[in-house]
Amino acid sequence: MTEARDSIFASIRRSLAVKGDERIRAGIVEDRLDRAPKGIIPTRAQVDHGEKLELLLKKLEGVQATFARLENAAKIPAAVADYLRSNNLPATIRKGDDPRLAGLPWSETALEVSDGRSDGHDLNAISHAEAAIAETGTLVLTSGHENPTTLNFLPDNHIVVLNASDLVGDLEAIWPRLRKKFGKGEMPRTVNCITGASRSGDIEQTILLGAHGPRRLHVLVVEG
Amino acid sequence: MSAHPTSRQFKDNASRAIADKQLTGNLKAVRQNFIDKRLKAVKELPEFEVLRESAKEIKNHTLAHLDLYLEKYEAKVRESGGHVHFARDAAEARQIALDICRKVGAKTVTKGKSMITEEVGLNAYLEANGIVPVETDLGEYIIQLRGEAPSHIIAPAVHLNKNQIESDFRRVHTHLDPARDLTEKTSLLTEARAVLRERFLAADVGITGANFLIAETGTSIIVTNEGNGDLTQILPKVHVVMASIEKMVPTLEDVSQILRLLARSATGQEMSCYTTFSTGPRRPGDVDGPEEYHVIILDNGRSAMLGGEFQDMLRCIRCAACMNHCPVYHQIGGHAYGWIYPGPMGSVLTPSLIGVDEAGHLPNASTFCGRCESVCPMKIPLPKMMRHWREREFERNLNPAVARYGLGFWAFFAKRPKLYAFSTRLAMKAMKLLGRSKGSFSMLLGVGAWTKYRDFAVPEGETFQAKWKRERGGK
Ligand code: SF4
Repeated sequence: MTEARDSIFASIRRSLAVKGDERIRAGIVEDRLDRAPKGIIPTRAQVDHGEKLELLLKKLEGVQATFARLENAAKIPAAVADYLRSNNLPATIRKGDDPRLAGLPWSETALEVSDGRSDGHDLNAISHAEAAIAETGTLVLTSGHENPTTLNFLPDNHIVVLNASDLVGDLEAIWPRLRKKFGKGEMPRTVNCITGASRSGDIEQTILLGAHGPRRLHVLVVEG
Repeated sequence: MSAHPTSRQFKDNASRAIADKQLTGNLKAVRQNFIDKRLKAVKELPEFEVLRESAKEIKNHTLAHLDLYLEKYEAKVRESGGHVHFARDAAEARQIALDICRKVGAKTVTKGKSMITEEVGLNAYLEANGIVPVETDLGEYIIQLRGEAPSHIIAPAVHLNKNQIESDFRRVHTHLDPARDLTEKTSLLTEARAVLRERFLAADVGITGANFLIAETGTSIIVTNEGNGDLTQILPKVHVVMASIEKMVPTLEDVSQILRLLARSATGQEMSCYTTFSTGPRRPGDVDGPEEYHVIILDNGRSAMLGGEFQDMLRCIRCAACMNHCPVYHQIGGHAYGWIYPGPMGSVLTPSLIGVDEAGHLPNASTFCGRCESVCPMKIPLPKMMRHWREREFERNLNPAVARYGLGFWAFFAKRPKLYAFSTRLAMKAMKLLGRSKGSFSMLLGVGAWTKYRDFAVPEGETFQAKWKRERGGK
């Protein structure tokens, strides 16, 4: 084990003609990890908030996701009930214990709400996004009991709540947010960047939705 | 399927493939789908060209400091509660994976799509040791049912059509109603989803590859469209990542640059559906996720490529654009190459990994049209490196029989006017397309590559052969 490790490092260093203890090289590496310089950021994402939101919605459509815009979070339960009804889906929903979802008026709807991770038998689930990326219509979700990762993949229909204020322009803009929340060099166990519903092109290169993950992805954008 | 190569018989493999009407028919999907989708995605991102340069620099920088980034990465994974194992070669990698499975008494193992586990022949080894590996990517699942190797690095079953898949499902899924209707592609997908759902929930260990490893945070990344890789890694008790040393990137910002190129170059998407960042095992308070997280880091000949004329190949992100645009691949498909990496990237990489004795013929599988280099997001000079191999082969083999055999490949392609005509026609079409969109010839990507290796006349829109056919009114 350590023998394999040592011999791989020795081989890398032999090929690179280095010893591994050169101060300058170590300094370069430390500096890069410390500064984490940004590269090229597409101009399409460098716009004001209103345009970012327009871009996000356009990109969501482009990946066959649907969305609804809500004035405030209190409207979420009714919007979930509407969505399920209009798609002829049973009025059930599973969620984690995210306080942003827990404190909502679920009882004002006919929805049967359950909590916790999925064991593979839930049709519908709702999660709260950490952020979204306008550039590509991507939702960013982080793991934890608040929003269990299994809810992102096992149910057939996945509803994701996004606070419009958590929308960023480009992929790179996610990382300072996560560093602030979790610490520099730290990550939550899982960060899921989700762009549309599950799909496969493996049968004659025809894109079909609903491979192993959700068949439908619906986004509730809360603007207030 | 083990990673036993048949690259020595490349010429026979290729002849057989060209004669296989069903195969060449199925392969049309590669030409018809991938090329246009990629071009559209590239056109919609004006920064694509500068991003290629940015990504190339990131990888070159990483490779030049690979020992140090690997150390940082390793320390970060341990800090987050994960385990890091090092494997010099395929046998060590297989053994480590088996030991992890045995320790938890695993009976079945689900697998995300991973070229590295194909490279080390993991499935055959697990099976020989009484553990059932289940491929969960639809394409990989199909070829596993058939006992075949993937014929394409991102579309493993691209050599098959719907009817072939249907008969495999009927042959294997005997617990289902034999009278069921499988005429629609969606019914095939739905059936696979249901069958594999059970396997996901029952698996003891999930094994995935990694598209990238991040030194800054000790994170592994998988990129998929189906969501199978995620179910593979979040449901079982143990998640094992197998990845080769060159998957390293320094920071989250760095990987973001390369991710912009990956999906666009591969499938023409702006982002694949699921780009997943995994760091260590389940945390306190988590209600799901793996209890153990292991990374097996494989060398298998790559460290020896550093600092040499094939180092550039280590920038490869396995997007498959080079094979999607390769006229040779279009005609013969992936299996003819005789090992798991087909197309231009395979012709360069395979001899490095399994030796020129096994794979010395592959660098001849080229018309040197330069398309691969022009579409490679990481700007890997594939034709140049194929030429390096040929030169080495030539210097090494003063044995006239072998040299003749090598030269025979030129004859092989030259004698197939269809293939030759196709590759030149493709080149013309691409030049025209690009020429129209940008106006200036000197800016064209790819033209440099072509003219470097081939004596192409300035295109007048048609090849001589195409014009000849049209004017004669023939087909
Ligand atoms: S060589 Fe380039 S084009 Fe081919 S798979 Fe690798 S990165 Fe993609």
